[in-house]
Amino acid sequence: MKPPAFSYHRPHTVAETLELLATLEDAKLLAGGQSLMPMMNFRYVMPANVIDINRIADLAGIEERGDALAIGAMTRQRDLELSPVVQRCCPLLHEALLNVGHVQTRNRGTIGGSLAHLDPAAELPAVLHAHDATLHLRGRRGDRAVAMAEWSQGFMTPNLAPDELLAAITIPLWPTGHGYGFAEFTRRHGDFAMAGTAALLALDAQGKVERVALAVTGVDTGPVRLSDAEAMLLGKAPEDALIAAAAETAAISVPGLDDVHGSKEYRRKLAAVMTKRALLAARARARSEEAAHG
Amino acid sequence: MAERMLLMLSVNGTEITREVPVRLTLADFLRHELALTGTHLGCEHGVCGACTVLVDGRTARSCLMLAVQADGAAVQTVEGMAVDGKLTPLQQAFVEHHGLQCGFCTPGVLATLTELLETIPDPSEADVREWLSGNICRCTGYQGIVDAALAAAKAIREGAAGE
Repeated sequence: MKPPAFSYHRPHTVAETLELLATLEDAKLLAGGQSLMPMMNFRYVMPANVIDINRIADLAGIEERGDALAIGAMTRQRDLELSPVVQRCCPLLHEALLNVGHVQTRNRGTIGGSLAHLDPAAELPAVLHAHDATLHLRGRRGDRAVAMAEWSQGFMTPNLAPDELLAAITIPLWPTGHGYGFAEFTRRHGDFAMAGTAALLALDAQGKVERVALAVTGVDTGPVRLSDAEAMLLGKAPEDALIAAAAETAAISVPGLDDVHGSKEYRRKLAAVMTKRALLAARARARSEEAAHG
Repeated sequence: MAERMLLMLSVNGTEITREVPVRLTLADFLRHELALTGTHLGCEHGVCGACTVLVDGRTARSCLMLAVQADGAAVQTVEGMAVDGKLTPLQQAFVEHHGLQCGFCTPGVLATLTELLETIPDPSEADVREWLSGNICRCTGYQGIVDAALAAAKAIREGAAGE
């Protein structure tokens, strides 16, 4: 038997889950299990209670609501990847998902699980940070909405109290035809990123940067927005030299993580390279859309 | 709630009811409780892919699921693939294209490729390699596995066209 003994709870409603969270000591929510189960198998985590939220029907779903996309926290990563709605209106999310583990893990893994686990090298938190997503939490003491910018409170520490449940995510959509790019560096396809960048770009009629959002992963305790690079690009024509200069600021403005996979300096260098690649992809897409519609 | 729980599921088409410890993984349930040792365990943290099985038609790491989570599900393992000793076209292609050497990773690889061929009947080599990225093989060098997958896809398409 790999995980140590625990009590297993299988609620069927959010209300039941919140009651369990409020009353049980030392409880862990089991979503897709692609992070919690390995940690339990290796006994890094030994919760007294496991609350399996896989049977709560209304926690999963993808819905376009005006200019936002609403996603249930228990929506499987694979379902998001295959969703025509996501591909059409949130293509950055689709592209990033192809880098999240493998089909076999995306089949079980959930968007909410990734956000709540908050691995410093995960792809989805960076995408949602670039998109200024809002996270909707439910709790018996009241519900809360947390901006993605406020989500990471430190290493693998989301802004989520032990008695709260991440129920849904809303992603404000960018205008049709916006450019996007996701670039990451991994030793093997499907690994966590050593550094990765999510880029969103919208150009005005003159081809100048109307709006830009850049977020990097794998280089700090959580996803980081590159506000200096965004400011450099805004209102300017995104020529090669400007993109290169903006990307270079990534190496300065991120702290970098030292670990067994690479030094802080190396990751900062990678962050700059990935930022440049993501921006170039976003620019190419923004320009081709402009040509198609303009 | 109790440390043990009643579990009802279908494994390779057979309905099974069993009381199991809640902390038992699906992989250990298959191997230790049902003696279906075709599902192998390598890393036990979801990286190697050896324990990959099909749960309701989709691949899953059986080391990362509790057995009780499969309550009500239909699980397929490598033992459920061949019927009366007749290999599936995918298994046959593995024989013909040297798709295995030691065989340790094979059950998980077959589960992955079963889902691939159902999802993409005419996969490119890049598709096959992309899907195989979730299964680690340490002896074939993958080329035989890729060849087998592409040959099986062709055989299945031609078989379907011939019917």
